[in-house]
Amino acid sequence: MTVISMNSVHTPAAPQDGVQPMVSFRDVRKSFGALEVLKGIDLDVMPGQVAALIGRSGSGKSTALRCINGLEKINGGELTVCGRNLRARDFELRELRKEVGIVFQSYNLFPHLTVEQNVTLAPRKVNGLDAAESRALAAEVLEQVGLSDKASSYPEQLSGGQQQRVAIARSLAMRPKLMLFDEVTSALDPELTGEVLRVIGKLAAGGMTMVLVTHEMAFARQVADLVVYMHQGRVWEAGKGTMLDDPQTVELRQFVGSGL
Amino acid sequence: MLGVSLDQYGFLVQGAFWTVVLSLMGFVGGTIVGLPVALARISRGWFLCRASSLYVQFVQGIPLPVIMFVVYFGVSIYGFDVNALVAAAIAMTLYSSAYLGEIWKGCIQAVPKTQWEAGECLALTNLQRFIYIILPQALRIAVPPTVGFLVQIVKNTSYSVVIGFFDLTYSAKILNNATFKPFVIFTAAALIYFAICFPLSRYARRFELRLHRRNA
Ligand SMILES: Nc1ncnc2c1ncn2[C@@H]1O[C@H](COP(=O)(O)OP(=O)(O)OP(=O)(O)O)[C@@H](O)[C@H]1O
Ligand SMILES: [Mg+2]
Repeated sequence: MTVISMNSVHTPAAPQDGVQPMVSFRDVRKSFGALEVLKGIDLDVMPGQVAALIGRSGSGKSTALRCINGLEKINGGELTVCGRNLRARDFELRELRKEVGIVFQSYNLFPHLTVEQNVTLAPRKVNGLDAAESRALAAEVLEQVGLSDKASSYPEQLSGGQQQRVAIARSLAMRPKLMLFDEVTSALDPELTGEVLRVIGKLAAGGMTMVLVTHEMAFARQVADLVVYMHQGRVWEAGKGTMLDDPQTVELRQFVGSGL
Repeated sequence: MLGVSLDQYGFLVQGAFWTVVLSLMGFVGGTIVGLPVALARISRGWFLCRASSLYVQFVQGIPLPVIMFVVYFGVSIYGFDVNALVAAAIAMTLYSSAYLGEIWKGCIQAVPKTQWEAGECLALTNLQRFIYIILPQALRIAVPPTVGFLVQIVKNTSYSVVIGFFDLTYSAKILNNATFKPFVIFTAAALIYFAICFPLSRYARRFELRLHRRNA
Protein backbone atom coordinates (compact mmCIF):
# COMPACT_ATOMS: atom_id res chain seq x y z
CA MET A 1 0.00 0.00 0.00
CA THR A 2 1.20 3.46 -0.82
CA VAL A 3 0.90 6.11 1.82
CA ILE A 4 -1.89 7.91 0.14
CA SER A 5 -2.26 10.90 2.40
CA MET A 6 1.40 11.69 1.91
CA ASN A 7 1.48 11.18 -1.81
CA SER A 8 -1.72 12.75 -2.94
CA VAL A 9 -1.49 16.41 -3.73
CA HIS A 10 -4.97 17.69 -3.49
CA THR A 11 -5.92 21.26 -4.21
CA PRO A 12 -9.62 21.96 -4.68
CA ALA A 13 -10.16 25.32 -6.32
CA ALA A 14 -10.73 27.81 -3.54
CA PRO A 15 -14.28 29.16 -3.76
CA GLN A 16 -14.21 32.84 -4.70
CA ASP A 17 -16.16 34.91 -2.24
CA GLY A 18 -19.87 34.94 -2.90
CA VAL A 19 -19.79 32.58 -5.85
CA GLN A 20 -21.07 29.09 -5.15
CA PRO A 21 -19.46 26.17 -6.96
CA MET A 22 -21.58 24.57 -9.69
CA VAL A 23 -20.41 21.15 -8.57
CA SER A 24 -19.12 20.39 -5.13
CA PHE A 25 -17.94 16.97 -3.94
CA ARG A 26 -17.23 16.61 -0.21
CA ASP A 27 -15.78 13.27 0.83
CA VAL A 28 -18.09 11.53 -1.66
CA ARG A 29 -18.15 7.75 -1.46
CA LYS A 30 -19.71 5.26 -3.80
CA SER A 31 -19.72 1.46 -3.67
CA PHE A 32 -21.03 -1.22 -5.96
CA GLY A 33 -21.75 -4.02 -3.54
CA ALA A 34 -18.53 -4.68 -1.64
CA LEU A 35 -16.42 -2.75 -4.16
CA GLU A 36 -15.75 0.81 -3.07
CA VAL A 37 -15.21 2.75 -6.29
CA LEU A 38 -15.11 6.32 -4.96
CA LYS A 39 -13.20 6.53 -1.69
CA GLY A 40 -13.85 10.08 -0.59
CA ILE A 41 -13.79 12.55 -3.47
CA ASP A 42 -13.36 16.28 -2.87
CA LEU A 43 -13.75 18.54 -5.86
CA ASP A 44 -15.16 21.96 -6.70
CA VAL A 45 -16.08 23.18 -10.16
CA MET A 46 -16.90 26.88 -10.31
CA PRO A 47 -19.38 28.40 -12.78
CA GLY A 48 -17.75 28.79 -16.18
CA GLN A 49 -14.95 26.37 -15.33
CA VAL A 50 -13.98 23.35 -17.37
CA ALA A 51 -12.80 20.37 -15.33
CA ALA A 52 -11.15 17.40 -17.02
CA LEU A 53 -11.10 14.06 -15.22
CA ILE A 54 -8.20 11.89 -16.29
CA GLY A 55 -6.85 8.62 -14.99
CA ARG A 56 -6.44 4.95 -15.69
CA SER A 57 -9.26 2.64 -16.60
CA GLY A 58 -11.25 1.68 -13.52
CA SER A 59 -10.12 4.66 -11.45
CA GLY A 60 -13.75 5.83 -11.05
CA LYS A 61 -13.95 8.70 -13.55
CA SER A 62 -17.24 7.62 -15.13
CA THR A 63 -18.73 6.79 -11.76
CA ALA A 64 -17.86 10.24 -10.42
CA LEU A 65 -19.38 11.85 -13.51
CA ARG A 66 -22.55 9.77 -13.29
CA CYS A 67 -22.99 10.73 -9.66
CA ILE A 68 -23.16 14.39 -10.70
CA ASN A 69 -26.47 13.96 -12.51
CA GLY A 70 -27.79 11.30 -10.20
CA LEU A 71 -27.35 8.29 -12.48
CA GLU A 72 -25.48 6.73 -9.56
CA LYS A 73 -26.52 7.34 -5.96
CA ILE A 74 -23.72 8.22 -3.60
CA ASN A 75 -23.29 6.25 -0.37
CA GLY A 76 -21.51 8.87 1.68
CA GLY A 77 -20.41 12.49 1.81
CA GLU A 78 -22.07 15.53 0.31
CA LEU A 79 -22.65 16.29 -3.34
CA THR A 80 -24.09 19.63 -4.40
CA VAL A 81 -24.86 20.35 -8.06
CA CYS A 82 -26.36 23.63 -9.32
CA GLY A 83 -27.14 24.50 -5.73
CA ARG A 84 -29.03 21.27 -5.08
CA ASN A 85 -27.90 18.88 -2.41
CA LEU A 86 -28.35 15.44 -3.96
CA ARG A 87 -28.95 13.82 -0.59
CA ALA A 88 -31.44 16.39 0.64
CA ARG A 89 -34.90 15.17 1.58
CA ASP A 90 -36.63 17.45 -0.91
CA PHE A 91 -34.15 16.79 -3.73
CA GLU A 92 -35.90 16.55 -7.12
CA LEU A 93 -33.95 14.42 -9.56
CA ARG A 94 -35.91 15.55 -12.63
CA GLU A 95 -35.33 19.22 -11.79
CA LEU A 96 -31.60 18.54 -11.68
CA ARG A 97 -31.74 16.72 -15.01
CA LYS A 98 -33.26 19.81 -16.63
CA GLU A 99 -30.12 21.75 -15.70
CA VAL A 100 -27.43 19.16 -16.33
CA GLY A 101 -26.73 17.73 -19.79
CA ILE A 102 -24.70 14.58 -20.32
CA VAL A 103 -23.15 13.07 -23.45
CA PHE A 104 -21.95 9.48 -23.55
CA GLN A 105 -19.29 7.67 -25.51
CA SER A 106 -21.95 5.72 -27.41
CA TYR A 107 -24.10 8.74 -28.48
CA ASN A 108 -27.38 6.96 -27.52
CA LEU A 109 -29.42 8.85 -30.10
CA PHE A 110 -33.00 7.74 -30.68
CA PRO A 111 -32.75 5.70 -33.91
CA HIS A 112 -36.43 6.00 -34.86
CA LEU A 113 -36.41 9.80 -34.79
CA THR A 114 -34.85 12.34 -37.16
CA VAL A 115 -32.05 14.58 -35.98
CA GLU A 116 -34.50 17.41 -35.40
CA GLN A 117 -36.92 15.16 -33.50
CA ASN A 118 -34.03 13.84 -31.40
CA VAL A 119 -33.12 17.38 -30.47
CA THR A 120 -36.63 18.65 -29.78
CA LEU A 121 -38.25 15.68 -28.02
CA ALA A 122 -37.31 16.73 -24.49
CA PRO A 123 -37.83 20.50 -25.00
CA ARG A 124 -41.35 19.77 -26.28
CA LYS A 125 -42.34 17.16 -23.70
CA VAL A 126 -40.51 18.53 -20.68
CA ASN A 127 -40.47 22.29 -21.28
CA GLY A 128 -43.68 22.46 -23.32
CA LEU A 129 -42.28 24.18 -26.42
CA ASP A 130 -44.66 24.35 -29.37
CA ALA A 131 -43.82 23.31 -32.93
CA ALA A 132 -42.52 26.69 -34.08
CA GLU A 133 -40.43 27.27 -30.96
CA SER A 134 -38.90 23.83 -31.06
CA ARG A 135 -38.08 24.16 -34.76
CA ALA A 136 -36.25 27.42 -34.10
CA LEU A 137 -34.47 25.84 -31.15
CA ALA A 138 -33.37 22.87 -33.27
CA ALA A 139 -32.04 25.22 -35.95
CA GLU A 140 -30.10 27.13 -33.32
CA VAL A 141 -28.42 24.19 -31.58
CA LEU A 142 -27.73 22.30 -34.82
CA GLU A 143 -26.03 25.43 -36.12
CA GLN A 144 -23.92 25.45 -32.95
CA VAL A 145 -22.62 21.97 -33.73
CA GLY A 146 -22.35 22.62 -37.46
CA LEU A 147 -25.11 20.28 -38.62
CA SER A 148 -27.77 22.66 -39.90
CA ASP A 149 -28.17 20.62 -43.08
CA LYS A 150 -28.86 17.32 -41.28
CA ALA A 151 -32.10 18.19 -39.48
CA SER A 152 -34.19 15.67 -41.40
CA SER A 153 -31.61 12.85 -41.48
CA TYR A 154 -31.86 9.74 -39.33
CA PRO A 155 -28.97 8.91 -36.97
CA GLU A 156 -27.98 5.81 -38.99
CA GLN A 157 -27.33 8.05 -42.01
CA LEU A 158 -24.67 10.03 -40.13
CA SER A 159 -21.01 9.40 -39.35
CA GLY A 160 -19.99 8.74 -35.75
CA GLY A 161 -18.65 12.26 -35.38
CA GLN A 162 -21.89 13.73 -36.68
CA GLN A 163 -23.97 11.52 -34.39
CA GLN A 164 -21.94 12.62 -31.41
CA ARG A 165 -22.46 16.27 -32.37
CA VAL A 166 -26.21 15.64 -32.58
CA ALA A 167 -26.03 14.16 -29.08
CA ILE A 168 -24.34 17.36 -27.90
CA ALA A 169 -27.01 19.46 -29.64
CA ARG A 170 -29.73 17.36 -28.01
CA SER A 171 -28.29 18.19 -24.59
CA LEU A 172 -27.82 21.86 -25.44
CA ALA A 173 -31.47 22.12 -26.46
CA MET A 174 -32.40 21.80 -22.78
CA ARG A 175 -30.30 24.92 -22.13
CA PRO A 176 -28.25 23.26 -19.38
CA LYS A 177 -26.20 25.14 -16.83
CA LEU A 178 -23.69 22.31 -16.72
CA MET A 179 -22.53 19.80 -19.32
CA LEU A 180 -20.97 16.40 -18.62
CA PHE A 181 -18.99 14.48 -21.23
CA ASP A 182 -17.86 10.88 -20.74
CA GLU A 183 -15.11 9.98 -23.22
CA VAL A 184 -17.20 11.31 -26.05
CA THR A 185 -14.49 10.76 -28.66
CA SER A 186 -13.33 7.30 -27.60
CA ALA A 187 -15.60 5.43 -30.01
CA LEU A 188 -14.61 7.61 -32.96
CA ASP A 189 -12.05 7.11 -35.69
CA PRO A 190 -9.10 9.46 -35.10
CA GLU A 191 -10.01 11.64 -38.08
CA LEU A 192 -13.46 12.29 -36.58
CA THR A 193 -12.40 13.25 -33.06
CA GLY A 194 -11.30 16.72 -34.14
CA GLU A 195 -14.75 17.90 -35.21
CA VAL A 196 -16.27 16.84 -31.88
CA LEU A 197 -13.47 18.34 -29.78
CA ARG A 198 -13.81 21.61 -31.69
CA VAL A 199 -17.49 21.79 -30.74
CA ILE A 200 -16.66 21.17 -27.09
CA GLY A 201 -13.85 23.71 -27.24
CA LYS A 202 -16.24 26.29 -28.63
CA LEU A 203 -18.71 25.60 -25.81
CA ALA A 204 -15.93 26.04 -23.27
CA ALA A 205 -14.91 29.32 -24.84
CA GLY A 206 -18.55 30.42 -24.65
CA GLY A 207 -18.48 30.06 -20.89
CA MET A 208 -20.28 26.72 -20.44
CA THR A 209 -19.45 24.95 -17.19
CA MET A 210 -18.29 21.44 -18.02
CA VAL A 211 -16.91 18.30 -16.48
CA LEU A 212 -15.37 15.97 -18.99
CA VAL A 213 -13.75 12.59 -18.76
CA THR A 214 -11.18 12.29 -21.49
CA HIS A 215 -8.16 10.39 -22.70
CA GLU A 216 -7.17 13.27 -24.96
CA MET A 217 -4.34 14.74 -22.90
CA ALA A 218 -3.52 17.55 -25.30
CA PHE A 219 -7.18 18.58 -25.34
CA ALA A 220 -7.48 18.44 -21.53
CA ARG A 221 -4.38 20.59 -21.15
CA GLN A 222 -5.70 23.10 -23.66
CA VAL A 223 -9.34 23.64 -22.60
CA ALA A 224 -9.44 22.62 -18.94
CA ASP A 225 -9.15 25.18 -16.15
CA LEU A 226 -8.85 22.29 -13.76
CA VAL A 227 -7.27 18.93 -14.51
CA VAL A 228 -8.15 16.19 -12.04
CA TYR A 229 -6.07 13.05 -11.97
CA MET A 230 -8.02 10.21 -10.40
CA HIS A 231 -6.36 7.09 -9.09
CA GLN A 232 -7.97 4.17 -7.27
CA GLY A 233 -11.14 6.06 -6.45
CA ARG A 234 -9.42 9.18 -5.16
CA VAL A 235 -8.48 12.60 -6.49
CA TRP A 236 -4.75 11.99 -6.60
CA GLU A 237 -3.64 15.32 -8.07
CA ALA A 238 -5.58 18.34 -9.22
CA GLY A 239 -4.51 21.63 -10.69
CA LYS A 240 -4.04 23.62 -13.87
CA GLY A 241 -3.12 21.94 -17.15
CA THR A 242 0.54 22.72 -16.49
CA MET A 243 0.36 20.15 -13.67
CA LEU A 244 0.86 17.53 -16.36
CA ASP A 245 4.30 18.94 -17.17
CA ASP A 246 5.44 18.63 -13.58
CA PRO A 247 3.65 15.74 -11.83
CA GLN A 248 4.03 15.66 -8.06
CA THR A 249 3.23 11.99 -7.68
CA VAL A 250 4.83 8.85 -9.09
CA GLU A 251 1.43 7.64 -10.32
CA LEU A 252 0.67 10.71 -12.40
CA ARG A 253 4.22 10.77 -13.76
CA GLN A 254 3.81 7.17 -14.90
CA PHE A 255 0.36 7.91 -16.29
CA VAL A 256 1.56 10.90 -18.29
CA GLY A 257 4.63 8.95 -19.39
CA SER A 258 2.56 6.03 -20.61
CA GLY A 259 1.08 8.38 -23.20
CA LEU A 260 -2.45 7.39 -22.25
CA MET B 1 -64.68 -32.18 -58.65
CA LEU B 2 -63.00 -35.33 -57.35
CA GLY B 3 -66.37 -36.62 -56.18
CA VAL B 4 -67.10 -33.53 -54.10
CA SER B 5 -69.62 -30.99 -55.36
CA LEU B 6 -69.03 -27.26 -55.64
CA ASP B 7 -71.66 -26.67 -52.96
CA GLN B 8 -69.71 -28.90 -50.66
CA TYR B 9 -66.52 -26.92 -51.28
CA GLY B 10 -68.58 -23.83 -50.55
CA PHE B 11 -69.42 -25.42 -47.19
CA LEU B 12 -65.68 -25.66 -46.46
CA VAL B 13 -65.21 -22.01 -47.38
CA GLN B 14 -67.96 -21.12 -44.92
CA GLY B 15 -66.05 -23.00 -42.24
CA ALA B 16 -62.89 -21.14 -43.27
CA PHE B 17 -64.75 -17.84 -42.80
CA TRP B 18 -65.45 -18.72 -39.16
CA THR B 19 -61.84 -19.80 -38.70
CA VAL B 20 -60.77 -16.33 -39.77
CA VAL B 21 -63.39 -14.70 -37.53
CA LEU B 22 -62.27 -16.70 -34.52
CA SER B 23 -58.60 -15.98 -35.31
CA LEU B 24 -59.24 -12.26 -35.43
CA MET B 25 -61.22 -12.36 -32.19
CA GLY B 26 -58.42 -14.31 -30.55
CA PHE B 27 -55.82 -11.85 -31.82
CA VAL B 28 -57.73 -8.72 -30.83
CA GLY B 29 -58.59 -10.17 -27.43
CA GLY B 30 -55.04 -11.41 -27.04
CA THR B 31 -53.74 -7.93 -27.79
CA ILE B 32 -56.08 -6.21 -25.34
CA VAL B 33 -55.10 -8.59 -22.54
CA GLY B 34 -51.54 -9.33 -23.69
CA LEU B 35 -50.27 -5.75 -23.75
CA PRO B 36 -51.00 -5.13 -20.07
CA VAL B 37 -49.49 -8.53 -19.34
CA ALA B 38 -46.29 -7.51 -21.14
CA LEU B 39 -46.18 -4.23 -19.21
CA ALA B 40 -46.81 -5.98 -15.92
CA ARG B 41 -44.01 -8.45 -16.70
CA ILE B 42 -41.45 -5.65 -17.03
CA SER B 43 -42.85 -3.53 -14.20
CA ARG B 44 -40.74 -2.97 -11.13
CA GLY B 45 -43.70 -3.63 -8.87
CA TRP B 46 -43.24 -6.96 -7.16
CA PHE B 47 -46.89 -7.91 -7.15
CA LEU B 48 -47.63 -7.04 -10.79
CA CYS B 49 -44.53 -8.84 -11.94
CA ARG B 50 -45.28 -12.03 -9.99
CA ALA B 51 -48.99 -12.07 -10.78
CA SER B 52 -48.46 -11.65 -14.52
CA SER B 53 -45.70 -14.23 -14.56
CA LEU B 54 -47.99 -16.68 -12.78
CA TYR B 55 -50.76 -15.97 -15.28
CA VAL B 56 -48.46 -16.65 -18.23
CA GLN B 57 -47.08 -19.87 -16.75
CA PHE B 58 -50.54 -21.05 -15.81
CA VAL B 59 -52.06 -20.53 -19.25
CA GLN B 60 -49.01 -21.87 -21.07
CA GLY B 61 -49.13 -24.97 -18.91
CA ILE B 62 -52.61 -26.00 -20.02
CA PRO B 63 -53.33 -27.57 -23.43
CA LEU B 64 -55.56 -25.35 -25.53
CA PRO B 65 -58.36 -27.96 -25.97
CA VAL B 66 -58.60 -28.18 -22.17
CA ILE B 67 -58.88 -24.39 -21.95
CA MET B 68 -61.70 -24.63 -24.51
CA PHE B 69 -63.54 -27.25 -22.40
CA VAL B 70 -63.04 -25.32 -19.19
CA VAL B 71 -64.41 -22.11 -20.65
CA TYR B 72 -67.27 -23.81 -22.49
CA PHE B 73 -68.54 -26.05 -19.71
CA GLY B 74 -67.21 -24.01 -16.82
CA VAL B 75 -69.12 -20.91 -17.79
CA SER B 76 -72.39 -22.72 -18.50
CA ILE B 77 -72.33 -24.28 -15.01
CA TYR B 78 -72.84 -20.81 -13.59
CA GLY B 79 -76.06 -20.50 -15.55
CA PHE B 80 -74.71 -18.57 -18.51
CA ASP B 81 -75.63 -20.12 -21.78
CA VAL B 82 -72.50 -19.54 -23.82
CA ASN B 83 -72.49 -20.38 -27.45
CA ALA B 84 -69.45 -22.06 -28.90
CA LEU B 85 -68.16 -18.91 -30.60
CA VAL B 86 -68.05 -16.90 -27.37
CA ALA B 87 -66.40 -19.74 -25.47
CA ALA B 88 -63.86 -20.33 -28.24
CA ALA B 89 -63.10 -16.60 -28.46
CA ILE B 90 -62.52 -16.38 -24.70
CA ALA B 91 -60.30 -19.45 -24.78
CA MET B 92 -58.29 -18.08 -27.73
CA THR B 93 -57.95 -14.75 -25.91
CA LEU B 94 -56.55 -16.44 -22.82
CA TYR B 95 -54.20 -18.53 -24.90
CA SER B 96 -52.87 -15.78 -27.16
CA SER B 97 -52.61 -13.15 -24.40
CA ALA B 98 -50.18 -15.37 -22.49
CA TYR B 99 -47.95 -15.91 -25.51
CA LEU B 100 -48.24 -12.38 -26.92
CA GLY B 101 -47.51 -10.94 -23.47
CA GLU B 102 -44.33 -12.97 -23.33
CA ILE B 103 -43.31 -12.09 -26.90
CA TRP B 104 -43.88 -8.38 -26.35
CA LYS B 105 -42.08 -8.39 -23.03
CA GLY B 106 -39.05 -9.67 -24.92
CA CYS B 107 -39.43 -6.96 -27.58
CA ILE B 108 -39.56 -4.18 -24.99
CA GLN B 109 -36.50 -5.59 -23.27
CA ALA B 110 -34.70 -5.84 -26.62
CA VAL B 111 -34.55 -2.03 -26.77
CA PRO B 112 -31.13 -1.18 -25.24
CA LYS B 113 -31.11 0.05 -21.64
CA THR B 114 -29.06 3.03 -22.80
CA GLN B 115 -32.18 4.33 -24.58
CA TRP B 116 -34.03 4.50 -21.23
CA GLU B 117 -30.98 6.19 -19.75
CA ALA B 118 -30.73 8.76 -22.55
CA GLY B 119 -34.37 9.71 -21.97
CA GLU B 120 -33.86 9.85 -18.23
CA CYS B 121 -30.95 12.26 -18.61
CA LEU B 122 -33.19 14.57 -20.65
CA ALA B 123 -35.62 14.81 -17.72
CA LEU B 124 -38.36 12.83 -19.46
CA THR B 125 -40.75 10.99 -17.12
CA ASN B 126 -41.03 7.20 -17.08
CA LEU B 127 -44.23 7.29 -19.08
CA GLN B 128 -42.83 9.75 -21.63
CA ARG B 129 -39.75 7.62 -22.09
CA PHE B 130 -41.86 4.53 -22.65
CA ILE B 131 -44.27 6.16 -25.11
CA TYR B 132 -41.87 8.25 -27.20
CA ILE B 133 -38.63 6.27 -27.04
CA ILE B 134 -39.12 2.62 -26.11
CA LEU B 135 -42.51 1.72 -27.58
CA PRO B 136 -41.83 2.84 -31.19
CA GLN B 137 -38.63 0.82 -31.24
CA ALA B 138 -40.24 -2.20 -29.57
CA LEU B 139 -43.11 -2.17 -32.07
CA ARG B 140 -40.71 -2.48 -34.98
CA ILE B 141 -38.99 -5.40 -33.31
CA ALA B 142 -42.37 -6.97 -32.51
CA VAL B 143 -43.80 -7.18 -36.01
CA PRO B 144 -42.15 -10.42 -37.21
CA PRO B 145 -42.76 -12.54 -34.09
CA THR B 146 -46.31 -11.18 -33.74
CA VAL B 147 -47.25 -12.00 -37.32
CA GLY B 148 -45.54 -15.35 -36.85
CA PHE B 149 -47.70 -16.02 -33.82
CA LEU B 150 -50.78 -15.07 -35.82
CA VAL B 151 -50.09 -18.21 -37.85
CA GLN B 152 -50.17 -20.24 -34.63
CA ILE B 153 -53.47 -18.62 -33.72
CA VAL B 154 -55.03 -19.53 -37.08
CA LYS B 155 -53.91 -23.13 -36.82
CA ASN B 156 -54.87 -23.51 -33.17
CA THR B 157 -58.42 -22.27 -33.69
CA SER B 158 -58.96 -25.80 -35.06
CA TYR B 159 -59.02 -27.04 -31.44
CA SER B 160 -62.39 -25.35 -31.10
CA VAL B 161 -63.70 -28.45 -32.84
CA VAL B 162 -63.72 -30.08 -29.38
CA ILE B 163 -66.53 -27.81 -28.23
CA GLY B 164 -68.38 -28.09 -31.52
CA PHE B 165 -67.53 -24.68 -32.94
CA PHE B 166 -68.20 -24.56 -36.66
CA ASP B 167 -64.86 -23.69 -38.24
CA LEU B 168 -62.85 -25.05 -41.16
CA THR B 169 -61.85 -28.24 -39.36
CA TYR B 170 -65.41 -28.85 -38.14
CA SER B 171 -66.93 -28.29 -41.57
CA ALA B 172 -64.43 -30.74 -43.06
CA LYS B 173 -65.39 -33.31 -40.45
CA ILE B 174 -69.10 -32.96 -41.23
CA LEU B 175 -68.42 -33.12 -44.95
CA ASN B 176 -66.35 -36.24 -44.53
CA ASN B 177 -69.19 -37.96 -42.66
CA ALA B 178 -71.48 -37.15 -45.58
CA THR B 179 -69.19 -38.04 -48.48
CA PHE B 180 -66.67 -40.56 -47.15
CA LYS B 181 -63.92 -38.86 -49.15
CA PRO B 182 -61.51 -38.06 -46.30
CA PHE B 183 -58.41 -37.66 -48.44
CA VAL B 184 -59.92 -35.14 -50.83
CA ILE B 185 -61.74 -33.20 -48.15
CA PHE B 186 -58.96 -32.94 -45.60
CA THR B 187 -56.48 -32.10 -48.34
CA ALA B 188 -58.79 -29.28 -49.43
CA ALA B 189 -59.01 -28.10 -45.79
CA ALA B 190 -55.23 -28.27 -45.49
CA LEU B 191 -54.82 -26.15 -48.62
CA ILE B 192 -57.20 -23.53 -47.29
CA TYR B 193 -55.31 -23.34 -43.96
CA PHE B 194 -52.11 -23.02 -45.94
CA ALA B 195 -53.59 -20.27 -48.11
CA ILE B 196 -54.44 -18.28 -44.97
CA CYS B 197 -51.13 -18.84 -43.18
CA PHE B 198 -48.60 -18.71 -45.99
CA PRO B 199 -48.94 -14.98 -46.78
CA LEU B 200 -48.57 -14.24 -43.07
CA SER B 201 -45.35 -16.22 -42.68
CA ARG B 202 -44.04 -14.73 -45.91
CA TYR B 203 -44.73 -11.22 -44.63
CA ALA B 204 -43.12 -11.95 -41.27
CA ARG B 205 -39.98 -13.27 -42.93
CA ARG B 206 -39.68 -10.36 -45.34
CA PHE B 207 -40.15 -7.80 -42.60
CA GLU B 208 -37.54 -9.55 -40.48
CA LEU B 209 -35.03 -9.54 -43.32
CA ARG B 210 -35.65 -5.86 -43.84
CA LEU B 211 -35.05 -5.14 -40.16
CA HIS B 212 -31.81 -7.11 -40.22
CA ARG B 213 -30.61 -5.27 -43.28
CA ARG B 214 -31.36 -1.92 -41.64
CA ASN B 215 -29.50 -2.92 -38.51
CA ALA B 216 -26.54 -4.32 -40.43
N1 LIG C 1 -22.78 -0.58 -12.37
C1 LIG C 1 -21.66 -1.11 -11.85
N2 LIG C 1 -21.71 -2.24 -11.11
C2 LIG C 1 -20.60 -2.78 -10.57
N3 LIG C 1 -19.37 -2.27 -10.72
C3 LIG C 1 -19.23 -1.16 -11.46
C4 LIG C 1 -20.37 -0.52 -12.07
N4 LIG C 1 -19.93 0.57 -12.74
C5 LIG C 1 -18.60 0.61 -12.57
N5 LIG C 1 -18.17 -0.41 -11.80
C6 LIG C 1 -16.78 -0.66 -11.37
O1 LIG C 1 -16.30 0.51 -10.79
C7 LIG C 1 -14.93 0.73 -11.10
C8 LIG C 1 -14.77 2.11 -11.70
O2 LIG C 1 -15.48 2.19 -12.92
P1 LIG C 1 -15.56 3.49 -13.80
O3 LIG C 1 -16.40 3.15 -14.96
O4 LIG C 1 -15.98 4.63 -12.96
O5 LIG C 1 -14.05 3.67 -14.24
P2 LIG C 1 -13.44 4.67 -15.32
O6 LIG C 1 -12.40 5.44 -14.61
O7 LIG C 1 -14.51 5.43 -15.98
O8 LIG C 1 -12.75 3.66 -16.32
P3 LIG C 1 -12.67 3.72 -17.93
O9 LIG C 1 -11.54 4.61 -18.27
O10 LIG C 1 -12.39 2.30 -18.29
O11 LIG C 1 -13.99 4.20 -18.43
C9 LIG C 1 -14.54 -0.39 -12.04
O12 LIG C 1 -13.86 -1.37 -11.30
C10 LIG C 1 -15.85 -0.92 -12.53
O13 LIG C 1 -15.75 -2.28 -12.81
MG1 LIG D 1 -15.39 5.36 -17.94
